[in-house]
Amino acid sequence: MARPVRFNVHPIKADIKNNISLVDMPEGHMGEGFFTTKLSSVIGLGRKNSIWPMPFATSCCGIEFMATMASHYDLARFGAERLGFSPRQCDLLMVMGTIAKKMGPVVKQVYLQMAEPRWVIAVGACASSGGIFDTYSVLQGIDQVVPVDVYVPGCPPRPEAILDGFMRIQDLVGQESFRRRNSEQYKGLLQSYGIQ
Amino acid sequence: MPLNNETIKERLIGKFGDQLSHFEEPYGLLTFEAPKELNLKVLQYLFDDEELRFQFLTDLTAVHYPDQAGRELAVVYHLHNLTDNIRLRFKVFTAIAQPDVFTATQLYSSANWMERETYDFFGINFVGHPNLKRILNVDEMDYFPLRKEYPLEDQTRIDKDDAMFGRGPLPAAANQGAIETPRHEREARVPASATPGVPEPKQDWPNT
Amino acid sequence: MSAEHHIKLPEGSIEKTTTTLNLGPTHPATHGVFQNILELDGERIVSAEQTVGYIHRAFEKLAERRPLYQITTLTDRLNYCSSPINNMGWHLTCEKLLGVKTPKRVDYLRIIIMELSRISDHLICNSVVGVDSGAFTGFLYVMQYRELIYEIYEEVCGSRLTTNMGRIGGFERNFTNAAFEKIEKFLAEYPPVLKEFENLFTRNRIFMERTIGAGPISAERALNYGFTGPNLRAAGVDYDVRVHTPYSSYEDFDFEIPVGSTGDCYDRFLVREGEMWQSLRIIEQAYAKVQDMKGTESEVYHADAPAYYLPEKKDVYTKMEALIWHFKIVMGETEIPPGEVYNAVEGGNGEVGYYLISDGGRTPYRLHFRRPCFIYYQAYSELTKGAMLSDAIIVMSSLNLIAGEMDA
Repeated sequence: MARPVRFNVHPIKADIKNNISLVDMPEGHMGEGFFTTKLSSVIGLGRKNSIWPMPFATSCCGIEFMATMASHYDLARFGAERLGFSPRQCDLLMVMGTIAKKMGPVVKQVYLQMAEPRWVIAVGACASSGGIFDTYSVLQGIDQVVPVDVYVPGCPPRPEAILDGFMRIQDLVGQESFRRRNSEQYKGLLQSYGIQ
Repeated sequence: MPLNNETIKERLIGKFGDQLSHFEEPYGLLTFEAPKELNLKVLQYLFDDEELRFQFLTDLTAVHYPDQAGRELAVVYHLHNLTDNIRLRFKVFTAIAQPDVFTATQLYSSANWMERETYDFFGINFVGHPNLKRILNVDEMDYFPLRKEYPLEDQTRIDKDDAMFGRGPLPAAANQGAIETPRHEREARVPASATPGVPEPKQDWPNT
Repeated sequence: MSAEHHIKLPEGSIEKTTTTLNLGPTHPATHGVFQNILELDGERIVSAEQTVGYIHRAFEKLAERRPLYQITTLTDRLNYCSSPINNMGWHLTCEKLLGVKTPKRVDYLRIIIMELSRISDHLICNSVVGVDSGAFTGFLYVMQYRELIYEIYEEVCGSRLTTNMGRIGGFERNFTNAAFEKIEKFLAEYPPVLKEFENLFTRNRIFMERTIGAGPISAERALNYGFTGPNLRAAGVDYDVRVHTPYSSYEDFDFEIPVGSTGDCYDRFLVREGEMWQSLRIIEQAYAKVQDMKGTESEVYHADAPAYYLPEKKDVYTKMEALIWHFKIVMGETEIPPGEVYNAVEGGNGEVGYYLISDGGRTPYRLHFRRPCFIYYQAYSELTKGAMLSDAIIVMSSLNLIAGEMDA
């Protein structure tokens, strides 16, 4: 019987020169044997390529996230190899699917359990705005309970869209200023959600 | 002889006489109505009878008919005889003022959550239910959302421009009192045009 | 555990020999949002209490505000692992109410799509059972082939997951050649994969020890709990809506109903595996039947029901008649007969029922969905009583609980 899967019996020799994509160097000055740049760029570079997402999948978008994470689309290519299911260990809260009012406090609880710096991505129409469910029981967007960094449209978004949203988060993480989390503006933002 | 709607009807009338009414067969499904005191007796008879054997509760739900005074709420049972593969539907009507109906949980374990859902949506009080509390909605909810008088949308939303939905601007008075007045009163608020001193909403959009 | 306590409790404390464990609603192993409060004696489960409703979206209320054809979008989001079945179940319900008769080709095309989605549904369920017993490979392996099914959906309707496929009376457009090619490709490529997937699990010692005897239910209790679909068949009752009340010309097909005996996780797994093979058989037959059609019959993709079937867009732009019908359907000017319909289809999880009451208006007066998940999840506490904590997870995933379907 013909096997549809290919096994790496004769692996192609890895082409390190042309085949591996490396991240761009941050801006800085280079000389013989040294390289200077901003600390925040270095940290941003490290952070953005090793994000630990915390999937908070409730409905349809969660199934698309399964596809994103599985072999075909492979989220791990972007440095998010490890899905942490404990909020304490994670940097990125990915809210996927409808959040009912009954669920709202749970989302907030999970957000509070995450350590700073933390980012939030609202995947899909329901998480972003309530979607087609303008009803008495559905929270009209998770930005009513937690601050959101990136919204991904779609009902549900295709895996490519989720990946794109993830890359937008990477941009944000990479460029984030060192002082942002201590700024008055950020504190004011959290204050508006009742978070100390 | 395979079981058919006629036989079932005869057997039921033979047992309960003219207490059962409104026999119909919409789209081939035998439908009838029973007085609400008899719902358990009918279910038990259908379950136990050697020929009828309606031992599978397919579905249990309710319907709200606000215009029928004294019989506003209907509890609808769908039963299935898996041996002869025949279905049956029967309804029990109750007044909305005292929506007490006997529970079927002793007969069918599956009725437990279906009755809780029906209570959650319509407020039907299933007498004898072991754990009758809300199941899908939050416990704090103080109304029964699927009754016809309650609106679909969340009435506490402020980010929606009502004029864009053909509903006109909200009366200022209702807006201010929104926090103090209980929810069900807010929902039954008067339309904008009925409040004196508030301009008529534009009639450019169809007022549906 | 002996009756005496090894740990001295402080004076005045309430004695409690069991531990309470809160599983959910965001626990990673619950595969959905529902909460189980488990009372544990050591590792044994004494009792489980479930809380649902964490994604209650008020479908039934929403459906009372929408014209019939717009409710299709809602049915997608019930059981999103097999949304085409829900779509078509809804269309069949409407057709029953409206008295629309569909041509054979539409029926067969529907069957192809419905069986494909049954495969994708069972695929997720079975691979997730694998994940919960510690075998992640199977999951990653078959997800690749689920993409093939999604590609077919894309070719037919343009969408992957929430398909909103078809119209009342048939399909929105004819299947393209590419769609048929992809179905052929799937039929050729998928069986060896399924065989390999089975080889990974069915006689795998670890898997068998984890699943055999976990969460069993007798046929009698299963019926009393309102089980349908694979979970009921695993308990030994050969009830299948496709056979008992054939819809969409299922009576033209030759297939078997796999049945288990003990109703435990292993049987549920095997029944789902068996059903995937049967689905492949049905798809092959339906595909052959569609290919055999000649003449005008081979081009039909919707019923002749101008009052309910939205005309093609290119006709709407060019023909007066089509424009008028389009307008009438969208504005709700067509006659909807008053009546009461209950229609059931065999969904991925069991009997998906639609109880529709129409009062002749544009929207349903009342629409109730019979959601199999919701009905059989209440048996969970009985299934896990006395089981180990680790069984709690595998029982949950082998029941194939879909939160969207459960909470409506």
